[in-house]
Amino acid sequence: MMRKKILFVGLFLLGITLVGGLLFAGGSKEEGAAEKPKAEKQFITIHWAQWAPSDYLQKLSEDFTNETGINVIVEQTPWETFVQKYNTEMIAHSDAWDIIIGDSQDIGNMAVNGHYVELTDWIKKHGVDKRFTPASLRYFCEYPKGAGRYYAIPCEGDGLAWAYRKDLFERADNKADFKAKYGYDLDVPQSWDMLKDIAEFFYHRKGQTDDPSKEFYGVAIYGDNGYDSLAMFAEQVIWVFGGELGDYSNYKVDGLLNSKGAIAGIEYYHELYKFVPPGFGDAFYVKCNDAFTAGIVPMTCNYLAFFPALANKATNPYADVTGYFACPPQKGVDGKIRQFSALGGQGASLVTYSKKKDLALKWMEWFVRDDVQLKWAKLGGYTCDTKVLETQDFLNATPYNPTFKKTMEIFKDWWACPEYDVLLRTFSKDIADYVIGGKGTAKEALDKCTREWTEIFKKAGYYD
Amino acid sequence: MVCKITRGNMNMQRKIDKKPDVDIEVHYHYMKDKTLMRLFILPTLILLIGINVFPLIWSLFLSFADYTAKMSNVWGKNPKMIGVANYTRILSDPDMWDKFITTAKYVIMSVAGEMILGFGLALLLQLEFKGKGLILTLLVLPMTMSPVIVGLMWRLFYNPNWGIFNYLLGLGRIDWISDPSRNLYSIVIADIWMWTPFVMLLSIAGLSAVPKYLYEAAEIDRASWWFKFTRITIPMIYPILMLALIFRLIEAFKIFDLPMGITGRGAMAPPLLAMHLYNVSFVTWNTSYGASIGYIMLIMVIAITLILIKYLNKARQ
Repeated sequence: MMRKKILFVGLFLLGITLVGGLLFAGGSKEEGAAEKPKAEKQFITIHWAQWAPSDYLQKLSEDFTNETGINVIVEQTPWETFVQKYNTEMIAHSDAWDIIIGDSQDIGNMAVNGHYVELTDWIKKHGVDKRFTPASLRYFCEYPKGAGRYYAIPCEGDGLAWAYRKDLFERADNKADFKAKYGYDLDVPQSWDMLKDIAEFFYHRKGQTDDPSKEFYGVAIYGDNGYDSLAMFAEQVIWVFGGELGDYSNYKVDGLLNSKGAIAGIEYYHELYKFVPPGFGDAFYVKCNDAFTAGIVPMTCNYLAFFPALANKATNPYADVTGYFACPPQKGVDGKIRQFSALGGQGASLVTYSKKKDLALKWMEWFVRDDVQLKWAKLGGYTCDTKVLETQDFLNATPYNPTFKKTMEIFKDWWACPEYDVLLRTFSKDIADYVIGGKGTAKEALDKCTREWTEIFKKAGYYD
Repeated sequence: MVCKITRGNMNMQRKIDKKPDVDIEVHYHYMKDKTLMRLFILPTLILLIGINVFPLIWSLFLSFADYTAKMSNVWGKNPKMIGVANYTRILSDPDMWDKFITTAKYVIMSVAGEMILGFGLALLLQLEFKGKGLILTLLVLPMTMSPVIVGLMWRLFYNPNWGIFNYLLGLGRIDWISDPSRNLYSIVIADIWMWTPFVMLLSIAGLSAVPKYLYEAAEIDRASWWFKFTRITIPMIYPILMLALIFRLIEAFKIFDLPMGITGRGAMAPPLLAMHLYNVSFVTWNTSYGASIGYIMLIMVIAITLILIKYLNKARQ
């Protein structure tokens, strides 16, 4: 009898909880509906990395909300786990986000596996293919490259560029000593060779810091953060010295990745890396910016999207004396002069599993408008809109926007096939062992990587 | 006539009641104790099977296949059965052996450090002194923190340019984070700092359970300190020390969060097994190969634990 009573009381309480919960949940919705207009209840969620441009996008999207009543939530994930997080969600066919502003090199994986909606017709209908730079469409939106099939709209253009200390470069004693040592004037680097000379010149040079107890170093560049930092720096020096990562059209690697030009590029990286501050083996954007704002390096290479912190007096005491330049040209092993920058940036893609595709497309339609793109640029976002890029408004908006415009003309990207992440990992490990760890030679590292990449492509069936 | 009715048929019962010649026997359908018990257990059982048992069996299956979670499932292609190829690849790969050796080095150094320091501190805390309670509390604090937080905190300590570690030891600008010749030791130091209190607490519990009369009897016999330590203290707390060793060995073997916080997962990070498993499974999405590494780690942990449990049981006897 007792057991029966306990069971009854238990079921009763469970029933009360369920019914009560449902009633209260429904009640609060009703109250909300009474207070707000119906349109405000609609919202879309955009997933992007955790950095300043995401904040700018959140701010920019307030205009969209004012126009349409549709709220926009920009959800941010730290860079270290960003790609991994949205990949996991997409594997689970999650509708957590309506739009993903994903990494450019991941577009092949997302397109092949059907996680992104193909936007080719939409892009043509809205003239995006005519109004945005061809490079941004190719690298951020298209897969396979050259096929004319688009899975994103250009959102944030970005590339590696340089910031330098104008005050140190212009100091009379530095100029005189540099000329005496290298036989030419200390100035903004006109080549990668000159850049290395400058790094060597400043390395452990006395009298360059405000605090005499601080050591001064030559340059702040990326190490390997476990994702793509090392690969992004390495690829641009491979390209400018005349090497290639492979042939993107037929996946041929041997003879390109381990060519003389590529070897010269990686050797250069190894030599330049000798002038970084201690503890740069895992350096990415934070360490590079920190070293620069701490006043212990004369120049740093970073993605342009991280330059707002360098132009801001609150975060960089040297903001007033900071200058910017695009990755310089270089004479390759074959005597040809080349100029490249590693592409960063992302396109905005519509998630296949989104239940609010119509609202997401509305946001996209609004985002690609010229006036919105101009405001995006003014807020600090990097537009790829051709018209906006050429306006004086854009070029004068920040001290680094002219550098961005130049970078947009010289950038080139990593592999965009679905295997890009395995390629990244093997490349980073092999190259880091030589560049950072000092093991073996550049040729050995690249030969090893070539063998591994050939195996990866073979297994994926690209040679069948 | 006997008419069996149930509670649901009460109307019929009433009708039948009007007939005096009918003998009625009412049966209620109660739940039996066992049925009720099973019902209560069922949700937990379903959760356990769904979250623990199924993934275990599924990952075991995958370890014999070529499969990546990143691509769509196409039976015969993804996953494609390849027998023990993943296991043979792991065991014949020199890079993997480098990871086994590094992990073994890490386990030996950190667990040995924790056992020696933890037990030593426990012995010191047997002495009575002012502020003992406060010191004990402070010593236990590292263990109560999240390993990721500890990792990130030590990453700051180790910063070669302004970290307190080099400063306090007067070591200059030594790189403890991304220099492969040193960063394994930096994780060992942080691990010892964090988990020594665990061994210390267990040892204190063991030491306080040793009967005082044993020491008193030994003192009557004028036994030396060393004699009491080796013949009374060690044998009496041996089972507890073995237990601490088992726990620490298992934890140290699959260490992940601490190195992730201190060195990250870049190419210069120490090649520890759990970190490699993470990179293989969730960075390059080689799911089946990752599953095979996971199973090899599981077998190794079980083997080490079984050996130690055998010694523990012997000690108890």
